[in-house]
Amino acid sequence: MTNEALAPALVELTAVNKHYGALHVLQDINLEVKRGEVVVVIGPSGSGKSTLCRAINRLETIDDGEIRIDGKKLPAEGKELARLRADVGMVFQSFNLFAHKTILENVTLGPIKVKGTSKAEAESQAMALLERVGVGHQAQKLPAQLSGGQQQRVAIARALAMKPKVMLFDEPTSALDPEMINEVLDVMIGLAKEGMTMIVVTHEMGFARKAADRVVFMADGQIVEDSQPEDFFTHPKSARAKDFLSKILTH
Amino acid sequence: MNTLTDNLELFTTGFKNTGILFIVSAVFALILGTIVAAMRVSPVPAMRAAGTLYVNTVRNMPLTVILAFFALGYPKLGLVPVNFITAAAIGLSLYTATYVAEAIRSGINTVPVGQAEAARAIGLPFMQSLTLVILPQAFRSVIPPLFSVFIALLKNTTVAAGFSVLEAGAIRANLSERGYPALTGLLWVALIFVILVIGVLSPLQRYFENKWRVAR
Repeated sequence: MTNEALAPALVELTAVNKHYGALHVLQDINLEVKRGEVVVVIGPSGSGKSTLCRAINRLETIDDGEIRIDGKKLPAEGKELARLRADVGMVFQSFNLFAHKTILENVTLGPIKVKGTSKAEAESQAMALLERVGVGHQAQKLPAQLSGGQQQRVAIARALAMKPKVMLFDEPTSALDPEMINEVLDVMIGLAKEGMTMIVVTHEMGFARKAADRVVFMADGQIVEDSQPEDFFTHPKSARAKDFLSKILTH
Repeated sequence: MNTLTDNLELFTTGFKNTGILFIVSAVFALILGTIVAAMRVSPVPAMRAAGTLYVNTVRNMPLTVILAFFALGYPKLGLVPVNFITAAAIGLSLYTATYVAEAIRSGINTVPVGQAEAARAIGLPFMQSLTLVILPQAFRSVIPPLFSVFIALLKNTTVAAGFSVLEAGAIRANLSERGYPALTGLLWVALIFVILVIGVLSPLQRYFENKWRVAR
């Protein structure tokens, strides 16, 4: 217990601020995510939760404050930043598989080009990952030939192939047809159980209940609540969270 | 018909030089144009500024002025001497590269921004994101405008005739000296250009469009 308390957080945001013109999208954000923790970020649209997620691997720049990954400050640009991004897996709402490459090439590109893994080794690791997410038999197809759910599972495999320290999920199921949501959530739940550190922006309350260690509720660019999932869903403290939950949990 | 058959060696030399000028300039314009397009989307502001400056100055200069510089001005600078055909190839490459750069840049803009984000997210640096993910997808959509640029280049090679390069555009003047009708000669030259465009460049364009067709 003491060890864990003393260990530095894997992801640490301190007094982070960001503006889009006059809009203050991230307001003095402080957040710590420990190794192995699964943090679900929820909130109404426009609350800044996606921006927060994207800021962690600097797809969004921040105006001030500090973001540390595994104790290291996020570099500004260039090779250092690229190296750090390799340690942070990212899964996007719109999958973003490389459209001109096969499923297998999508997964092997990072290990071969960034980590210098041999092609044969990268391919055998990629096949193992694709099998694990259940799309091994699709390895030679192009992304456009797969369903949304399959594409998103490939995107997870692509991120995992880099052996990341932490995985970021930016609304991974929001662009999916309803019947495909569970196949993606199952993969994510599996990852959470294996101890992967995850930051998940989602509207899937079921996932939050099942797999999250903490729920962070954001509204208007601020972190309004940061609590255990059951506490949050049954006893939300703020009026903002009560209002949000009443809107999504009624039906 | 004898205008063509009696002067066959004039036509073959002329079009051979046109071909050399075209191929050399096309290759260098493609390479330079791709580099300039990359500069114009670079995250480094100085690179972007340099790329923009190059495109805006060279593209806005008449081709004759550029070729005149390389044929008449450059030798006076006392640098490495070049012959007229090399000078013409350099001028045509620098000029055409600006158009290539803009065509490729418009192609880069058609690639969804998520592709670049995904490339960066797996740790690819800017240059690799560009060469492995963005450009291969951008090239598909720039094939039609790029071939328009190359067809224009093929025809622009005739401007070099004005600067002592014996290529297709110079055939007419040579025919006049030999006492053959210039208009007939010009028609033959025009016909051969049409055949080159329809018979060579257009099928090449179709080939690349089919080869790089993307499944969406």
